[in-house]
Amino acid sequence: MKTPHTAPQLDLAAVRARLNGARGQQYWRSLDEIAETPEFKEMLQREFPNGASEWDDGVSRRSFLKMAAASLALAGLTACTKQPVRQILPYVKQPEELVPGEPLFYATSMQMGGYATGALATSREGHPIKVDGNPEHPGSLGASSVWMQASIMDLYDPDRSQAFVHNGEISTWADFLFELNQLTHDEEARQGAGLRFLTETITSPTLAAQFEALLKKFPQAKWHQFDSISRDNVREGTRLAFGEFVETQYRFDQAAVILSLESDFLYTHAQRLRYTRDFTDGRRVSAGRSDMNRLYVVESTPTVTGTMADHRFPLGSGEVENVARAIAQRLGAGENLGTETQNPRLEGWLSALVRDLESNRGKSIILAGEGQAPIVHALCHLLNDKLGNVGKTLFYTQPAEFRPANQLESLRELAEDIKTGAVETLFIFGGNPAYSAPVDFDFPAALSKVKRSIYVSTDLDETAALCAWHVPQAHYLESWGDGKSFDGTISLQQPLIEPLYGGKTAHEILGAIFQQQPIRDDYEVVREHWQAEKKWPDFDKGWRRAIHDGVVEGTGLPEKHVSLKTEAITGALGAERKSANDIEVVFRPDPSIWDGRFANNGWLQECARPVSKLTWDNAVIISPALAQRRQLATNDVVELELNGRKIRGPVWIQPGQAENTVTLHLGYGRERVGRVGRGVGFNAGLLRDSKSFWSGSGLQMTKLADHYPLVATQTHHNLQSPERQIYREGDLDQFRGDPQFVKRDVEAPPNDKTLYNTDEYKYEGYKWGMSIDLSTCIGCNACLLACNAENNIPVVGKEQVKKNREMYWIRIDTYYKGTLDNPEFSHMPVPCMHCEHAPCELVCPVEATVHDHEGLNLQIYNRCVGTRFCSNNCPYKVRRFNFLWYADYKTPSFKPMYNPDVTVRWRGVMEKCTYCIQRISRARITAEKENRRIGAGEIQTACQQACPANAIVFGDLNAPGSKVGGLKSHPLDYSMLGELNTRPRTTYLAKLRNRNSEIKESQTA
Amino acid sequence: MAQIFRKSSNSFARASLAGVVIFFFGFWGVVYAVYRSPYTTNVNVPLAQPAPFSHQHHVAGLGLDCRYCHTTVEKSAFAGMPPTEICMTCHSQVWKDAPVLAPVRESLASGLPIEWNRVNQLPDFVFFNHSIHVQKGVGCSTCHGAVDQMPITWKAHSLYMRWCLDCHEAPQKFLRPRDQIFNVEWQAPPDQLERGRELIAAYHISTNRLQQLRDCSMCHR
Repeated sequence: MKTPHTAPQLDLAAVRARLNGARGQQYWRSLDEIAETPEFKEMLQREFPNGASEWDDGVSRRSFLKMAAASLALAGLTACTKQPVRQILPYVKQPEELVPGEPLFYATSMQMGGYATGALATSREGHPIKVDGNPEHPGSLGASSVWMQASIMDLYDPDRSQAFVHNGEISTWADFLFELNQLTHDEEARQGAGLRFLTETITSPTLAAQFEALLKKFPQAKWHQFDSISRDNVREGTRLAFGEFVETQYRFDQAAVILSLESDFLYTHAQRLRYTRDFTDGRRVSAGRSDMNRLYVVESTPTVTGTMADHRFPLGSGEVENVARAIAQRLGAGENLGTETQNPRLEGWLSALVRDLESNRGKSIILAGEGQAPIVHALCHLLNDKLGNVGKTLFYTQPAEFRPANQLESLRELAEDIKTGAVETLFIFGGNPAYSAPVDFDFPAALSKVKRSIYVSTDLDETAALCAWHVPQAHYLESWGDGKSFDGTISLQQPLIEPLYGGKTAHEILGAIFQQQPIRDDYEVVREHWQAEKKWPDFDKGWRRAIHDGVVEGTGLPEKHVSLKTEAITGALGAERKSANDIEVVFRPDPSIWDGRFANNGWLQECARPVSKLTWDNAVIISPALAQRRQLATNDVVELELNGRKIRGPVWIQPGQAENTVTLHLGYGRERVGRVGRGVGFNAGLLRDSKSFWSGSGLQMTKLADHYPLVATQTHHNLQSPERQIYREGDLDQFRGDPQFVKRDVEAPPNDKTLYNTDEYKYEGYKWGMSIDLSTCIGCNACLLACNAENNIPVVGKEQVKKNREMYWIRIDTYYKGTLDNPEFSHMPVPCMHCEHAPCELVCPVEATVHDHEGLNLQIYNRCVGTRFCSNNCPYKVRRFNFLWYADYKTPSFKPMYNPDVTVRWRGVMEKCTYCIQRISRARITAEKENRRIGAGEIQTACQQACPANAIVFGDLNAPGSKVGGLKSHPLDYSMLGELNTRPRTTYLAKLRNRNSEIKESQTA
Repeated sequence: MAQIFRKSSNSFARASLAGVVIFFFGFWGVVYAVYRSPYTTNVNVPLAQPAPFSHQHHVAGLGLDCRYCHTTVEKSAFAGMPPTEICMTCHSQVWKDAPVLAPVRESLASGLPIEWNRVNQLPDFVFFNHSIHVQKGVGCSTCHGAVDQMPITWKAHSLYMRWCLDCHEAPQKFLRPRDQIFNVEWQAPPDQLERGRELIAAYHISTNRLQQLRDCSMCHR
């Protein structure tokens, strides 16, 4: 290693002093930047860090020169090779609807945490290549999440479980059925007394019906459910408030004031895509509309939702309850709820918030996160009721899930049953409980005691290793099924491909327990269920329609009237939580790999986490104040101790983190996982017990002498320089007073003052352009993952990311503004700008990057010789050089994943965003064949299609009335680095914040 | 002082200078010749196939339309290769026991595709679309040659980029009316240039589109 693991320790006090001294709008991206460390300065000026372009992969200079000489001698000869003869393999019997070379789209649905989100999967020549949201599904509206986009890579994951395993040896479905026969026979005799099932949350009506029938057949058998990212607190909150489990459906489009108490409703909520759409629709202004909703967030660790807040207050997770109580007290929702938040800075903030809530009765939402105690949720229900929001900005329904229960208790009961020896046979359907169960349940030890344990999962993971049987589970793109979305809409799941490795579904296995002969496959099970439901008068017609649409229209759950039990809530209030000075720990699902189920997904591992921009690792996330107090620096390894359990991990200093809170992301440190997830991060779950399931206090933190290199892309491709206004923003009041404020004090050079030949291109046909709305971008990375999947973008690995060699074509820059302890966050997606006067084009010696007549800035891979001059000359730093053989040509299972419309790039070429030129070409050819112009909305770039916030708009600037054309004349429109006169086709709408004028920055700092 | 070089050295030097020039051009001439020769381009080189399919027999002899087998040529980028079933529509009745058709029968019986060798292939970074060419008046034989005269199929043109650009720069030289696209015997009329220009207008290949046909993005993505 040439580069040292740690930079010299930052002087955080000096950083603070600098920030205090700064005047006006000053943005920063990292602590190094404020401190102006030599490392940062060098990064800013260089395109790659020192040594990044040198050969340092263990080959000596001498042998490198030898090799170089030999390759030079042979270089001329390689051009003489003939193209090898390749084969065409036509179908034997061609499927009717399939046209080779044309995509087919199928509606299906993806389940996460049990809830289904409608998907539209693209299939080419019989293999799925991309998954997007289903526009007709109310939980998706065409948008997608990082997980949906990345799920295609899980399908082709070569490390997926590929065979039945019985006691460590490969087995077969037939052997498994034999075992199943025996155990059902045994269990029938005693009514299933030794039979247990453990699943994750279930919403599937078919699976629910199967379990109902099964539990009827075996009355003594028990069914348990457990999701490691559980919604127990939400459920218990409603039970406390209403005496029963109900679900809250929010209508963010109706809300003017939103208060989130640690709820990351834009990113981790089951209904995230819909909520993001509704929330951001309420933040879009135009010349004619200047209303915006206002978001207050109180949270311990910065989340995607927190970064969107107009006012964010960092507060320990344990103290959030006090905030809810104080608001309730002030709104007169009860007496003696506790007025003191014990935080003088918070008092003024709260008063302003409460006044805002009061003046927006019936137009506000207060909601709490999954990690908050049930009482906080109950208080939110109380407050929403008090503010008259029920029936307006939110309503209650039955839960969409099957038999909602407290899952932690459910798992505890199972673990205890196993210990007493009551469990003879245990079926586990996914979830990897041996890894994700709370440590105090000692689930792995319990599991190995079960005589017959059967684990159905897509991966050979920690749980599979402890179970007698492992059944490979089919991926959702390989299997039939159904599910409900969060609002209850029935969503059907249809496969696009036969199971690649003979995987089975839960439907088939449960069906087999009934010993129905012949064993029915998942299609028959699901179809028969819906036939028995008698949903449609003409079943075949209705069923076909449902499969075609992917959703059964109008099946959203109806509003349910509930009665609030105010006394129960106030009675359940414990003593006020004292603001303790000890350190608390909070556990959160990882923004990329969730609870570890996506640990073997290279795209997700490499995608920079939304706030920290860390890749390939989790970290001990601490606040700058805590770091200062404990003399800790990023990359220092610390030992954490909670309730007698210890783990180690590297420190990451996160501005905006609550002072005494340490955040740990789950899902890392997996022991049994494929090649990608092996050795990545540390297992934070080893501290997570059932008492401190989401957070715990009294964490001990000891600094060790070790260092561990964390890699974050936050400092990569840095454009920052004080005199350039890269990121522009303003306040809503400012916009109301002067809608054109963004255009003031901007140097906009006239088009003719240029050395470029402005007559060369007239753009008389199509003129492509893009507009990115910074007010609505939530920084969720869906665009980045969609771009990866669409454009065959390779995974490069941690070592390469460290050298600034990450390949994604669109990056999301996150800027901070303000103090270290409570900065404002700003996200900025940066793809290629497609400049009309493109600096890159002039310097290419081989004309590999050239302009075209529609204004696209092209990159011609087969011409590129890799001088990297273009990248040097790009002011936006959006070009990516393929240093090594990043694309995986070897793994056979990945070949069908690639988009056949996009070249798979090889070593030594430059690449970058193409505005999804393959989609433009397809649309152009279709339109040309019909002798018409490309219509509005016919082309969506991959990033635009995925964006849940509709922040990215692409289209033809020449088309009259085009949406993107309209946005270019929006008062907030501006060009990044416009003073360079590059005339970028990608422009931005400046960010607007809707600040409460009663809250001064000094109150929150 | 005596002369070091004899007088004949002069002519030797002149000859070497000329030799260097001749060698330089000669070397690159040979390289160019190899580059353009059928050895590299495979032009006019018949390619062996698992079953000796004769376009001559099926097209000229029997009069089959191109689209009988290449079904997606008007719909998709890929012209389409006939599934075994298409072969068997006739060959389950005629020549049903012919030994040369054994691979076809095997394919139907086993469900495994026939592995035809590609005659015309483009590099992976070139994206050619059949349907738009057919729609805009480029006939099959313009690129694929006199397929009806090929007992075993061969490549008619090099498919080099320069060859593509010959047409993309001056389509009027090659375009034909849409009703003649699949006529393999079509010959350019004496007034082709004029007719071609008319077709450019009729098929909406407008002037600015003509420039655009040279854009790299037309074929490279």
